[in-house]
Amino acid sequence: MATTYSATDLYDGLVKHGLIIPVGVPGIFGRNAVFEDVLARFDDYVSRVAKDDGAEKMLFPPTLDRKVFERSEFLDSFPQLAGSIFSFAGNERQHAELRTRVHGGQPWADLQVMTDVVLTPAACYPVYPSFTGTLPENGRLVDMQNWVFRHEPSPEPTRMQAFRVREFVRVGKPEVVVDWRNMWLERGLTIMRSLGLPAKSEVAADPFFGRGGKMLASAQLEQQLKFEVTIPVISEEKPTAVCSFNWHQEKFSKIFDIKTPDGETANTACLGFGMERVCMALFRHHGYDPKTWPAPVREKLWP
Amino acid sequence: MNDEIRAILKEHGRLAVDVAGLADDADLYQAGMTSHASVNVMLALEGTFDVEFPDRMLRRGVFESIAAIRAAIDELKQG
Repeated sequence: MATTYSATDLYDGLVKHGLIIPVGVPGIFGRNAVFEDVLARFDDYVSRVAKDDGAEKMLFPPTLDRKVFERSEFLDSFPQLAGSIFSFAGNERQHAELRTRVHGGQPWADLQVMTDVVLTPAACYPVYPSFTGTLPENGRLVDMQNWVFRHEPSPEPTRMQAFRVREFVRVGKPEVVVDWRNMWLERGLTIMRSLGLPAKSEVAADPFFGRGGKMLASAQLEQQLKFEVTIPVISEEKPTAVCSFNWHQEKFSKIFDIKTPDGETANTACLGFGMERVCMALFRHHGYDPKTWPAPVREKLWP
Repeated sequence: MNDEIRAILKEHGRLAVDVAGLADDADLYQAGMTSHASVNVMLALEGTFDVEFPDRMLRRGVFESIAAIRAAIDELKQG
């Protein structure tokens, strides 16, 4: 592969080789069987690494209870990224109006009403309400793969509006949660490097909204609450985050009333592999045809 | 000025304790102010004192105590 990085070249290469299928909207595309095989093989690899951890496996649809979303403070931090689901709840006369406007190219948003669900804005959110109450002595560990929506349309292929995250969530005493986060940070680096990807880890901040967001980001950095494993995919200077580690301290446990057995407010942390981003990093570094990838990489993914 | 800062903290700081009982140098985050609450405090301070915090001051430490907030506003008023 070329040693220069380019978002346009990567997007064009992925499309040319049929790996992603444009649908007309930036940040939304289909994936072909080769892409999905790589994603599934990487997912299996993560499962093998985590097999002795005793995680509870769960799967949630790509939608979230709006009340959970409202309590989660996502709108306090990232109003620009949210996707709230609206639908039609009118009568026949209003339906006629809707059809006239849609086919006439007129705005029709005001004929829709807010539903009880939103698109899942972060892969860990669906699980927190199920932790409410007192945890077992060793806390809990959950393993999920969830679709996530972010309203950030971009032609840049690694910045998607909808993508999958292999997500682990740990809840328990603070030291347990932080040790677990640190262990996975090492594991994340090891996994990526074993796939021939030049990964490094760094302290990171989320794209909080507005000037207040600068304060939130500075607090997050200062307290080292977020780490990322990054790999150059479209840029050397701004490598792409392929795995993200968040320590929420007591935030979600206060919101959802999660206690340790000794009655203290629990801590939570999560980590997520951006599945499509990992696939794109592999295609970028090893070529668009997995059959030609280096043998050690293939052995990890197709053991 | 400290009374006005205390009034803002009472309204926007979501403190776990009564602001009247806090010393000027008490840590507001220890007193229960969340990061999101500190953003509302920052915006309320700008409105009340007619100042705008520059990017370099949009940091956790600038809002960590009544004394720190007062020092920041004094600096902006003088500038």
